[in-house]
Amino acid sequence: MNDYGNIHFCGVGGQGILLASELTAHALLAAGFDAKKSEVHGMAQRGGSVEAHLRFGRNRVYSPLIEPGTVDIMLAFEMMEAVRYLPLLNQQSTVIVNTQKIAPPAVATGKMTYPDQCLNELTSRGIAVVGVDAFAIARKVGNLKAVNVALVGVLSRYLPVNEETWLEVIKKRLPAKIVEVNLKAFQEGRKAGK
Amino acid sequence: MTPKDPAAEKLWFSGNEALALGAFEASVKVASGYPGTPSTEILENLSTYPAVYSEWAPNEKVALEVAIGASFAGVRALATMKHVGLNVAADPLFTASYTGVRGGLVVVVADDPSMYSSQNEQDSRNYAYAAKLPMLEPADPGEAKEFLKLAYRISEQFDTPVLLRSCTRVAHVKGVVSRGEIQASSVSPGLIRNPAQMVMLPAHARGRRIAIAERQKQMAAFAETWAENRVELGEDRAIGIIAAGTSYLYAKEAFPNASFLKLGMVTPLPEKLIRDFASQVETLYIVEDLDPFIEMRVKAMGITCIGKEKIPAIGELTPSVVRKAITGETGSATFGPVELPPRPPNMCAGCPHRGLFYNLNRLKVFVSGDIGCYTLGALPPLSAMDACVCMGASIGMAHGMAKALGEEGLGKAVAVIGDSTFIHSGVNSLINTVYNKSYSTVIILDNRITAMTGQQPNPASGSTIMGEPANSIDFPELCRAIGVKHVRTVNPHDIEATYAVLKEEIERPEPSVVITRFPCVLTPAEKKRPKTSFVSDTEKCTGCGMCLRLGCPAINWVALSPEEARAMGKKEKQKGYALINETTCIGCGQCLSLCKFEAITCGEGK
Repeated sequence: MNDYGNIHFCGVGGQGILLASELTAHALLAAGFDAKKSEVHGMAQRGGSVEAHLRFGRNRVYSPLIEPGTVDIMLAFEMMEAVRYLPLLNQQSTVIVNTQKIAPPAVATGKMTYPDQCLNELTSRGIAVVGVDAFAIARKVGNLKAVNVALVGVLSRYLPVNEETWLEVIKKRLPAKIVEVNLKAFQEGRKAGK
Repeated sequence: MTPKDPAAEKLWFSGNEALALGAFEASVKVASGYPGTPSTEILENLSTYPAVYSEWAPNEKVALEVAIGASFAGVRALATMKHVGLNVAADPLFTASYTGVRGGLVVVVADDPSMYSSQNEQDSRNYAYAAKLPMLEPADPGEAKEFLKLAYRISEQFDTPVLLRSCTRVAHVKGVVSRGEIQASSVSPGLIRNPAQMVMLPAHARGRRIAIAERQKQMAAFAETWAENRVELGEDRAIGIIAAGTSYLYAKEAFPNASFLKLGMVTPLPEKLIRDFASQVETLYIVEDLDPFIEMRVKAMGITCIGKEKIPAIGELTPSVVRKAITGETGSATFGPVELPPRPPNMCAGCPHRGLFYNLNRLKVFVSGDIGCYTLGALPPLSAMDACVCMGASIGMAHGMAKALGEEGLGKAVAVIGDSTFIHSGVNSLINTVYNKSYSTVIILDNRITAMTGQQPNPASGSTIMGEPANSIDFPELCRAIGVKHVRTVNPHDIEATYAVLKEEIERPEPSVVITRFPCVLTPAEKKRPKTSFVSDTEKCTGCGMCLRLGCPAINWVALSPEEARAMGKKEKQKGYALINETTCIGCGQCLSLCKFEAITCGEGK
């Protein structure tokens, strides 16, 4: 992962997944990597399952898509969504997961139940899972919308980018009035990682 | 450190942002389009460049006609649309091929293999061939910008409109892009009469038809030496791959050492270059998304190659799909999927469409639907859309149903169409409904904005893409002018009032229009409006499930065991209760009117 890597972001539309993937991409670029990122917009974004593929490398990155079984790190904003993208993972993958449950329509209307202990689907296959209560971090720093940046803080522990670069990217890429709270969220997330 | 060179600045841009920059650097003066995923953000970004006039047109045909007019007036012009939009714009496209251009004219069309946000999966390259136009196909954001600039050069040099094919994995992929030099047009603005070329009377068109044949020959010769059609001979000559656009990236990822003919232009094809390349490799593969477009032409040249017999023609390609198709290897995939509750897209909490579809479900009518967020009304629990084909089709289809069934069909079918879709191509069909004496009811879902593609203003919104105030179409007046005698406007959040109006109009033996008017919750004004969420009184909730029939994402079912029910002081047989999520609820009030047990009450403002 020091020379190239595949990062997968997933969760539910509206959780700030695309912003998290943007900050990560900018940090990698600032650290001198090439990168490509793929997102899906439009109908898929309306509260549905949302994902972004981010690939980086010391040399030119060709495909913007991560192949099945080749994710190095997954940043999952919701527990069940981490399991949904299992075919992208392998036994060496690390999954950082926000321990939040968001009921999909069939669960919200009582037609199906949210799978109990769903992260066992990952751990039982030997995949390293790092659970993070990003909501608690966001509450602690005083802005519930900072969940995504708290998770980026956790992710930062696993990427070949130094802390200063991350802080610079957050300062540069976020609107001035939310920079302070997000810097705190990032650092709390970073403490929670590893 | 040397002073910062703006041209050396590295930008992290999506394909659509890169195309906007490319249009700016190509000195485009007029750009028009209609929103459609994945093409929408090209014009949204271009509208931030003051040097370019950008606009949302009511549909893609109008957008292309605007661009043709601007080209005739001697400036560079751009039209943008998604693949199905090119069907709408096909009429002017085919004849613009005959007229040629004055200022450079480029049509950017964005395909959507795998249909992430589309009703079909069509390959726009076929249009380029059928209209006898050159088409360029970039692979990533960096190429998208450069190819757009090259397209303007080609357009003016060869007197032709040029198509540029984007796709989801160019438009919504981000990559590193560099700023470039501003490229000037080779023509000057002004109106110059040239009827033999611009007035397509049959006699003139016959002359132009011959000119096109000559242009095609010149373009084919140009393609042979054009730098963006390039051979990359690898260590491995056993596998030779011809590919364009993203297919090239996927094949390169899967076979880094193979030999490639990377095509930047997919029509016309460089026959000599292809023959030379084919002669240097053992097995020739054509790797392309969707149709066997290049493959059929290479086979017609008498060259042996492998294409769709191995490479899938359905859905987008990926590196692993290409690798598996060519070598049979399945790659490193180790885990199969786990069965989970699906998470399909859903209308937002507080979406005004929800109240309408709840009522249409109650009325048990056959709903002829259309394209927009409201197409999600087809999904359970609302399950109130029974047909949806293309932009604007709902009204014509409902009229066709009425004519097919005669009196038997009265009161059984309605059309639903959004404000932007009605303006796009529904209004013509309403004219037909009145003129041909139908009885169908048309429901215009007026949420003041083009919502699905990300809240673009339209001719009813009252503002332009540049954010300037503009006229707002008065739908009731427009419908009356067309000849609809019964036009009613309702607030769809008011479930009972909407039901009463719908029932009356659907049974009327004359054409009628019901306008359900309430702004989309994602419009800036609605986002700012102070809101009061509703709260559940879990003591009063009997678990009847009426509110759940709305399918609102802010209402969750909490299951109870008999013991838990008893502990809450409820009957043991009560299976659970409904709980409103106060952070997502925006207080639209639809559920309030459905609850017969006063278990939903007004909460505190937020």
